[in-house]
Amino acid sequence: MNFDFSDDQKMLKDQARKFLAEKCTTKTVRKVFESTAGHDAALWKQVAEMGWTGTAIPENYGGLGLGYLELCVVAEELGRALAPVPFASTVYLFAEAVLAAGSEEQKQKYLPKIASGELIGTFARAEGPGAVIPKSIRTTFKGGKLSGKKIAVTDGIDAQVAVVLARSSDEVGERGLSLAIVDLKGAGVKRRAEDSIDPSRKNAELTFDNASAEALGKPGEAWGNTSRVLDRAAIMTAFEQIGGADVCLAMAKDYALTRYAFGRQIGSYQAIKHKLADMYVYNELARSNAYYGAWALHTNARELPLAAAAARVSATQAFDYAAKENTQTHGGIGFTWEVDCHLFYKRSRQLGLGLGPQRTWKDKLVTELELSNAA
Amino acid sequence: MDFEDTAEEAAFRAQATAWLSANAKPRGKKSADDMAEMENGAAAEMAASRAWQKKKAEAGYARITWPKGQGGMGGTPMQSIIFGQTESKFDVPSGGPFAIGLGMCIPTLMAYGNEEAKKRYVVPAVQGDEIWCQLFSEPAGGSDVAGLRTRAEKKGDEWVINGQKIWTTGAQFSDYGILLTRTDPNVPKHKGLTMFYIDMHDPAVEVRPIKQASGGSGFNEVFFTDLRVKDSQRLGEVGQGWQVALTTLMHERLAVGGGTGSGLDVKELMALARTLELEDGPAIKNASVRERIADWYVRSAGLKYTTYRTMTALSRGQQPGPEASIAKIVVASKLQDLAAFGMELEGEAGSLKGEDAPAHGAFQMGWMSSPGLRIAGGTDEILRNIIAERVLGLPPDVRVDKDMPFNKMPTGR
Repeated sequence: MNFDFSDDQKMLKDQARKFLAEKCTTKTVRKVFESTAGHDAALWKQVAEMGWTGTAIPENYGGLGLGYLELCVVAEELGRALAPVPFASTVYLFAEAVLAAGSEEQKQKYLPKIASGELIGTFARAEGPGAVIPKSIRTTFKGGKLSGKKIAVTDGIDAQVAVVLARSSDEVGERGLSLAIVDLKGAGVKRRAEDSIDPSRKNAELTFDNASAEALGKPGEAWGNTSRVLDRAAIMTAFEQIGGADVCLAMAKDYALTRYAFGRQIGSYQAIKHKLADMYVYNELARSNAYYGAWALHTNARELPLAAAAARVSATQAFDYAAKENTQTHGGIGFTWEVDCHLFYKRSRQLGLGLGPQRTWKDKLVTELELSNAA
Repeated sequence: MDFEDTAEEAAFRAQATAWLSANAKPRGKKSADDMAEMENGAAAEMAASRAWQKKKAEAGYARITWPKGQGGMGGTPMQSIIFGQTESKFDVPSGGPFAIGLGMCIPTLMAYGNEEAKKRYVVPAVQGDEIWCQLFSEPAGGSDVAGLRTRAEKKGDEWVINGQKIWTTGAQFSDYGILLTRTDPNVPKHKGLTMFYIDMHDPAVEVRPIKQASGGSGFNEVFFTDLRVKDSQRLGEVGQGWQVALTTLMHERLAVGGGTGSGLDVKELMALARTLELEDGPAIKNASVRERIADWYVRSAGLKYTTYRTMTALSRGQQPGPEASIAKIVVASKLQDLAAFGMELEGEAGSLKGEDAPAHGAFQMGWMSSPGLRIAGGTDEILRNIIAERVLGLPPDVRVDKDMPFNKMPTGR
């Protein structure tokens, strides 16, 4: 049994933690949070210099070619630090979409620039409130031109390129869908910064009016490819979520040890102790589910979709619980702007919704269980 | 990262498989015993269990980590896990009757007993010839074990014991027990305790089975009326009983930590949901049903992979982290909620049980046993305290009775 990260991977994690503790304090996060900036450009540059954006990109495309286990440990640390950089959009979504569906030429064109940190990318799916389903996609991609509107595109303001899920034919359902890569600086693209719950990871509305775009993958395969990319992103995001959830538990514990009420530490009351014990339980379950996801990514296992859904649901539940109960443990001070509780509270929702809500992933999880039972 | 054995582990697994194949039949369709419903100890089953235990002890598989000649082979914890995994694929008698004795009582005896006692008791216990029980809980001391009242008074070279224990698993078929008593009521509660081992066949010991809410009788009340025990049967110093008990309880947590409880889980719930119709169609297609299935699946899978993390630490020769302590809290309440939800899906038929109920009454059985699982071996509340205090390092509860002589403590009744 070897169900843990290796010593080298743990060392990488340690380095990442030390680096981020120095370069990305919550002051760094607040600078982006309280400004109109989409990300911290200096930090992003350093993250790329560390090679992190190319962790899992093969060496022949300019990456380090290390692998997904290494990427997962980096993700956990970025999550702990609430790093205000477009890492997830660029690395877990855009790069994964190119790796999953891109032609050789597209891989050559985009992946080296991601590895070097020159390129920020994202993935645009939702067009309005409610579930992202084939019939909710009205943006069209016909004759190399993209028209329509996407909302809540994380890093949509700073990204140079986006993968867009669009309708390319009148065929019903997912068969009529295509993926397209669009240059967001090109003609026919308008962007508007949207007000977002977590301004350290800002969202944008993208409007396309006959914008030139190139197809990514074959028409008709877009839905399956999107699903594959989301599965992989869900596992890496789960590591960001458990990183954040662990910080919430540590913050709540520290506060419970130093805050006195009714003549004693609040951490000596069972109401607080049991809450923190539950946080620990959720976090450990989420960590174990995420490890299984990491294994599935690493081995490209048949079980990956199930592992991804379980990692996603478990990590979302853990971070939600830890973030809200950390605030609760702090009492009134936890509801102030100055104390960091709200940064985690907001990030937990941003991460919990960004790849689709729990409802969607739970349904998918059971679908995968049904498939595996049938097999 | 992988789930593979190391070369040494694979060799041991092959060795265990070969030994089991030569000595037992592969498991058929019969499912594993329900841990929550303790055995009643029917004579034939007990004889089979004893015979199997002896066979394992002779080959060193009964307590793999114990020394050779004591039922063990001086093996590693990982080998013990591998043997357990392999054994579960064979149709063998339950080792349940020996679990408490070998998991808790004998390790305590090994730590605090004299050489003569160790020589006399360890091997018969590991061979299944003698069964041990643990006599700690009392009507006045459950979660607060140190509040116990069973009195031991020194008379010459003997101790005279009077009082009552409760929730004693397996007392009805035990030969010996370790007994925590109060020897000094004039000092604070933790300081006046002393541990003994006793002969359960002594006429001064009376065992009365308790009929549980679930209908079974795995637990007992045990009464002591002028039970006379030699001072040489004392484990640890007079007044040191609490430290001795902590040794036992530490072993209890190690033993219980790996348990997964009843077999009723997501798979069974999905099988049920596939057969039932709700107002809006098949239950398995209902969104609220699917949400609940997913919630419980991530708990079950999370625990399974947590166990793998623990095993990985053992496999690497490291001390496992504290994450193993979450298992029982998660398992017990999941069983209760999942079983109740299954009954909910069954609708009015959910109020039936046994063969009259859907799925042979599996959901009713799980629901009936789950309250016991949430209490036995540390209540959910005590386990949360343990995580908060020992894992997270939060301060202990304020204990108003900590420095108060036991006989001055307020009591309910």
